[in-house]
Amino acid sequence: MAPSATRRSGNSRRAQYRTFFGYIVGVLGVVAGAVFLLISILGSDILSGARGAATQAAEPVGDATAHGRAAGKGVFDVVKGYVLAGSRMARLEHELETAKTRLAEAQAIKAENRRLKALLGLAQREPGAVAVTRLTGSSASSTRRFATLGAGKASGVMSGMPVRSRLGLIGRVLDVSGSSARVLLITDTESLVPVRRATDDVAAFAQGLGNGTIQIRLLSLGVNPLKPGDVFVTSGSGGLYRPGTPVAVVGKLKPDGAIAHILADPAAIDHVVVEPVWAPEAIAPAASAPAPPEAATSE
Amino acid sequence: MKFLRGAGSDTVRRRINRAPSPFFAHSVPWVSTMLGSILPTWIIIASAPVVPPLGFLAFLAWRQLRPGLLPIWAGLPLGLFDDLYSGQPGGSAVFLWSIAALVLELVETRFPWRNFVTEWLVAAAMIASYIVFSLVIANLAGASTSLVVIVPQIVVSILCYPLIGRVVAMLDRMRLTPIMELR
Repeated sequence: MAPSATRRSGNSRRAQYRTFFGYIVGVLGVVAGAVFLLISILGSDILSGARGAATQAAEPVGDATAHGRAAGKGVFDVVKGYVLAGSRMARLEHELETAKTRLAEAQAIKAENRRLKALLGLAQREPGAVAVTRLTGSSASSTRRFATLGAGKASGVMSGMPVRSRLGLIGRVLDVSGSSARVLLITDTESLVPVRRATDDVAAFAQGLGNGTIQIRLLSLGVNPLKPGDVFVTSGSGGLYRPGTPVAVVGKLKPDGAIAHILADPAAIDHVVVEPVWAPEAIAPAASAPAPPEAATSE
Repeated sequence: MKFLRGAGSDTVRRRINRAPSPFFAHSVPWVSTMLGSILPTWIIIASAPVVPPLGFLAFLAWRQLRPGLLPIWAGLPLGLFDDLYSGQPGGSAVFLWSIAALVLELVETRFPWRNFVTEWLVAAAMIASYIVFSLVIANLAGASTSLVVIVPQIVVSILCYPLIGRVVAMLDRMRLTPIMELR
């Protein structure tokens, strides 16, 4: 198809000016975008207020789609259940056997834990939930991993609070608006969670890789003690995440740690729990630093 | 008797005493692009970048299908709106969409003859570079995602672009439906 003649502005002065100024504003857009970008990279996030308002505006539909997603997943699960029933049954029975022994071990550990804590005079901290809500949206088209929460300032959600599902840690609240909040998922490359192996105290950092997996970086160098299948839980250092929240299970080993899969896939859950910051006094000295997210990483 | 033939079968129905609403005709490209920006946030709670940047695809499709309907500076307001929802650092879409509009204009003046394949090739090149530059910008702002992560998204985006083009073409026919009564 040949270009249409209507795109030429012809002899009309008005049309010529219109085209000309269109280009000027187009170039101005590039310049404005570059300046804007520079400000948000170097300085503060000037969009955060507007972003909060925007998310809140889209909230009702986000809530509706959250219900839709859950229903859709249910349908797929039912179909999948019929197809995979036999092999799944066998696997579950096998898992149940191991789980029974694990449960006995866990009970023993729990008892011992209670005894040791009593010995130390530590109060048992089982914080209640700040809010139970849904994830209403996520940055599915970006390389950053953010999700939107269906609760905000009105429900008592505050920046820095950990978000978890019944299966494990999801992320941490980044910024809050009236009735919604933005969550930095643990799979984001900027998220750094202090973790330890569930069975012993091999300490590590869990950093997201941006593709749904997590890189486990061991703190102590030397022989890599990890095995595929090891479960990592939050260690509580940094004071942000309550210790013992499951995070990830080791998949592939690396020289300095491992690649792990997250336990709580945000796509497969319906409800999340916002927990209070575990030990606010531990991060209070670091709160004066310009970037509170780093508080989680400081020992 | 041309206007009597095929009435009802065509999306743009010819009717006596009816005209397209100017508001509808002008707002559909803007609204559909903005909807494309929000839509990926609703589809799935993703652990990896999997959903195509539908807002950018719609913007590209409108500019390719109806050059001049969205003005060349449309990347400025529409990009700003996209930045609110995409999760990218602020200004990323303003910058990249504005450049994309200018580059597309440049390409179209250089190669005025076009068909489906060349349009798709141009769009594919722009989509791939858009996603790569978005990654670079996000990484400059503090992330450290590797390039491998976005390969599936690039492939999916390029493959579904003709579909977006179809949807945009359908919307383009719909926006000129004569719904306003002339008096």
